[in-house]
Amino acid sequence: MDNSEKVREIAKKLYRLMLSIFILFGIIAAMLIYLMADPTLSAFKSDDSVEGYVTVPEKNQIDPSNQDFDKIENGVHVRTGFVEGEGLMLVVNNCTNCHSAKLVTQNRMSKERWLATIRWMQETQNLWDLGNNEETIVSYLAEHYAPVQKGRRQNLANIEWYELEK
Amino acid sequence: MKRRKFVKKATLGSLASLLGAEIVFGNFLPEGYGLLGLQDPDPFKMFNKDSQMVLLNDKPWNMEAQAHLLNDDVTPNKFMFIRNNGKIPEGIDVANWSLTFDGESVKQEKTYSLNELKSKFKRHTYQLTLECGGNGRSEFDPPAKGNQWTIGAVSCAKWTGVRLRDVLADVGLKDDAVYIGYHAEDTHLSGDPTKEPISRGVPIAKAMQDETLIAFQMNGEDIPLAHGYPLRLIAGGYPASASGKWLSGISVRNKVHDGTKMTGTAYRVPCKPVAPGEKVLDEDMCIIESMPVKSLITYPKTGAVLTKGKSLNIRGHAWAGELEVSTVEYSVDFGSTWQNCTLQSPTNRLAWQHFSASINFPEEGYYEIWARATDSKGKAQPMLLPGWNPKGYLNNACHRIAIKVS
Repeated sequence: MDNSEKVREIAKKLYRLMLSIFILFGIIAAMLIYLMADPTLSAFKSDDSVEGYVTVPEKNQIDPSNQDFDKIENGVHVRTGFVEGEGLMLVVNNCTNCHSAKLVTQNRMSKERWLATIRWMQETQNLWDLGNNEETIVSYLAEHYAPVQKGRRQNLANIEWYELEK
Repeated sequence: MKRRKFVKKATLGSLASLLGAEIVFGNFLPEGYGLLGLQDPDPFKMFNKDSQMVLLNDKPWNMEAQAHLLNDDVTPNKFMFIRNNGKIPEGIDVANWSLTFDGESVKQEKTYSLNELKSKFKRHTYQLTLECGGNGRSEFDPPAKGNQWTIGAVSCAKWTGVRLRDVLADVGLKDDAVYIGYHAEDTHLSGDPTKEPISRGVPIAKAMQDETLIAFQMNGEDIPLAHGYPLRLIAGGYPASASGKWLSGISVRNKVHDGTKMTGTAYRVPCKPVAPGEKVLDEDMCIIESMPVKSLITYPKTGAVLTKGKSLNIRGHAWAGELEVSTVEYSVDFGSTWQNCTLQSPTNRLAWQHFSASINFPEEGYYEIWARATDSKGKAQPMLLPGWNPKGYLNNACHRIAIKVS
């Protein structure tokens, strides 16, 4: 009698356990299927809760194994926006690790000032010694990102004309 | 036995938390940010910015407005410029966020939790103008290095927080306090954990002003992530770099604060005027305090074509750092003659002031509307670039928009 009770007890426990496992796997499977259909979990987000307090990527990430990784189109290195020229890849590889290429391409400096900027980054921003590549890098920057004379005030440019309705 | 325990735990405990975790995580995911993080992050979506904002830099994030986007009396987040020096902190834990006061001139070190700050001190709300010291840098010749801001690195939002003065009084200061310097949770671009991307500050007199806040709300809501969530310093009228974001520490110093971007040439201009391109020694550079008088025409957008005979109502904002704006004028003849605009008083000290005018154009043709503000000490905006300086700060040359009458 004791034995049959025990067996029944164990069977019950086993049944509950199996049921739990079954339900758990069922739910996980459902979630995975849902994730495939809606990878951004958009259904769980209300329209106004779009502020991201988790992780903010600081830089576009493109898979380096992609064959278009270092594509050049119309004389411009697509991934960074640098113009094509001798030393391009040295600049890409040495000058876009910490900051965006945009910080370089929006600036205009003489050879002397580009070099001074590199020295400043080495002294204060953990930029490494560029060795023999320094001359090529500085020459590339001074040639393609040289200052343009602007005078004391420029004409208004790039105006998009539009009819003002009133 | 072990397996049974594990399964039991899994079924009872983890089931709920597993589901819960997934949903919570989903809630906090920025819109447009994929689970694997391999998609290009769209900063306009990620930071809720208008698509007409201009991205200057994506590492670190730097973004500016255009003049016509700044037409609102109170700048909403979508039109507010972003100027970051380092990486935005990750995994912000609001429940455990704290602010520590230290330095040579505190009586003893003291730490407040975010909740303590919110509950212990009286709250104040002010509308405060924040302008990047380098706003307008793109016009300098010879060019200055850095982000090439045009005119859009300015905003005037409503900030809510507690007075820095009230908290400093609670901490207890020694008589020799001269400066405060902030410390924040953003991280250095090089990844070096020992480096602070920026740690600036203000003289103690500025720290003691009514309007200098430790803020936790912008325009009545939590401060947006890119603007310093959950806590930042606000020192309106000073270069916006003095208003540290992601604030976690304040050092009360017995000397001028010497944190990152306080020394050398950063946020400094030559103490005496120099010729364009002249070399200036570090010791001849002085820290920028109050920003200069400036104005923006925010309506209409540049490029408007008008019908002859119709008047044009312009409007915009003017501000003058620590001072008030006393007049704003406009010219449609390249500065030959000037007419007064209607100018409103500021909502509170250090808020920008709104101006408007109705303009009649004498004949068909190409016009430029120039706006010129004058501060309460009689200093007006120059029409050409102001004094050249090595880092390209403080360009307050008058704003111009182009108009055609046909």
